[in-house]
Amino acid sequence: MKHGLDVYKIILASRYLVKRRITYFAIVAVALCVFIVVVVMTVLTGLVSDFKQANHGFTGDCVVGTESLVGFAYFQELAQKLEQQEYVEAVSPVIKSYAFLSPVWTERGRGVQILGIEPVRHSRVTNFERTLHYRKGNVDKAFEPVYDPNLPGCVLGIDLVFERGPEGDYTFDSSPIRVGLAITCFPLTAKGALARAATGLVNTKTFYFSDTSHTGLARTDNSLVYLPLEQAQLMCGMDGPAPRVSALYVKFKPDVALQTGCDNVASLWQNFKQQKAEAKYAYSLDTVTVQSWKEYRRGFVAAMEKEETMMIVMFSLVGITTVFIVFVVFYMVISHKSKDIGVLKSIGVSNANIMQLFMGFAFSVGFLGSVIGVLLGWLFLLKMNQIEGWLFEKFGFQLWDRTIYAIGDIPSRVEFQVLVTITLSAIVTCLMGALVPSWQAARLSPVETLHVSRL
Amino acid sequence: MSKNDIILRAKELHKSYRMGATRVNVLKGLDFAMERGRFVAVVGASGSGKSTLLHILGGLDRPDKGVVQFEGRDLARLGAAQLNRYRNKKVGFVFQFYHLLDELSVLENVCLPAMAAKSVAGWFACRSRMKKRAEELLAQLGLSERAKHKPYQLSGGERQRVAIGRALMNEPAVLLADEPTGNLDSATGNGILDVLEKLNKAGQTIVMVTHDERIAQRAERIITLADGKIQGA
Repeated sequence: MKHGLDVYKIILASRYLVKRRITYFAIVAVALCVFIVVVVMTVLTGLVSDFKQANHGFTGDCVVGTESLVGFAYFQELAQKLEQQEYVEAVSPVIKSYAFLSPVWTERGRGVQILGIEPVRHSRVTNFERTLHYRKGNVDKAFEPVYDPNLPGCVLGIDLVFERGPEGDYTFDSSPIRVGLAITCFPLTAKGALARAATGLVNTKTFYFSDTSHTGLARTDNSLVYLPLEQAQLMCGMDGPAPRVSALYVKFKPDVALQTGCDNVASLWQNFKQQKAEAKYAYSLDTVTVQSWKEYRRGFVAAMEKEETMMIVMFSLVGITTVFIVFVVFYMVISHKSKDIGVLKSIGVSNANIMQLFMGFAFSVGFLGSVIGVLLGWLFLLKMNQIEGWLFEKFGFQLWDRTIYAIGDIPSRVEFQVLVTITLSAIVTCLMGALVPSWQAARLSPVETLHVSRL
Repeated sequence: MSKNDIILRAKELHKSYRMGATRVNVLKGLDFAMERGRFVAVVGASGSGKSTLLHILGGLDRPDKGVVQFEGRDLARLGAAQLNRYRNKKVGFVFQFYHLLDELSVLENVCLPAMAAKSVAGWFACRSRMKKRAEELLAQLGLSERAKHKPYQLSGGERQRVAIGRALMNEPAVLLADEPTGNLDSATGNGILDVLEKLNKAGQTIVMVTHDERIAQRAERIITLADGKIQGA
């Protein structure tokens, strides 16, 4: 007898599916499992993806820099060399340090991180311009307060200025209010000593609020102050005959693979470092590393990725439960169908064909369950933000408190690839659950199943 | 077709089963020969091995020792696929409890052996011919009006007639009937025997197992199984 797709297998598998009510439990189990996986994976994948994008947008593709607060010298020369490379789109020098921020009318303030940048250059490498509110499309004036362009401006992380609303939104004034902010830094020498040990120890200067930056990264939006690069250099003691910066953020041309680009930069950096081996401030180059944005922001991204991995592990357990449910259902169905198996064998149906019949039945359960689950999941995702909005309006319930989490809408972008993967996994899960009962069915002796007494 | 032509032959058949700690020898060197076109009834007490013999002849079971030949070919030498083909094409089974598939209609139950023999493409190529054959069989068996019914909507006698139709679908050389009237009242059982008689008159070879001597009388030849052998053989 031949194997493959046969009419009787199609008819019997579909009739078992419709007539055996117990199979509805298996379909519902698969559909629920698929629904949960589709919804949670979509939301989680969306959150991770948005978070990664925000991190990528914050740093560019590659970072040549040091974590040392003294920075490194000869950065202009290095930036120039990098900009000459055909794989590099743009380079932005950055000063990263810590400061004390307080409004001018009080001495009460808080510690913040400062980022000294050249706004136009920085926007070519990162999404800085897109994070601005008042100077969006006018990034060259980012540090010029609208109310008095001659005053030294600063761009504040949005959560330093505005309270996040319950729906994740902010209420902006029509133009930035005139606020003077005293920023205090500890200037350091290239060797790390206090640059003003003999005088007042610190540099304090008043900057005026010129704009906000909304990166979508909670910690950044809550603690970062952007300053003009040359001002930050002065404040941190990185000016002088050999000015220093903390890092160079690099953006690659669109067709350059991240790893290839980073390898090229690392190689260029090694050559540059060798050339500068005898230079006066060569020691400042010792702590400089070349990292892709993923490595540079590892501390932030890794936590999210860990959550994603944990979710995948949890869903594997859900999958195992589904395998068990399908196994039990099929075991029950097949134990009720032993007579049919005997009849089929008596008319010449082979063991392999019996197995195919029940595996086909399992495929139908998996396919139907996944289609129902995917459709329900898709519909739910489509309306999820509206449902959440309604729940918040009526009962004050929010899945993620927007005053804590830096997200607007819950990510609900359904990826076709994810749906296909989940559907295929559900079908494979069903086939796995049905494998042992189907194999047992195929091995049943027709004499045992058909006769009351074999004697 | 000649009645002296041996279609099925069993030589020195031995078969035993384990029952708890003991081993029961059911067939003890049984010899059997069946001419083409005959209607033979195998009778014997309960547990005499009648059904075991039928299962071995039909390729559903294998003997511990001995040979079964169909048209001179040893069944033991057939591979799994050939044995399946033998069960599909050469023999047709009728069981005491009908064993129809509840999910299929009467017509689909009758068509089942033909469907099992064909791929999807093969089935669609000959579907109308096969359907016609099944409808003719149902007409012969007086079930034309029942073609679309489900087995649970039929009486016992009707179900057994459907089972006969299914067994005959692929025009098997031998019909093997295991207590075909065992689950029916006497009048209905007689109706089934009439059908078998009619089929035999049309040339169908039939081996029928029964424990009832009166029913066996309807066959052309009766062989009695006792102590694992054919009595008087």
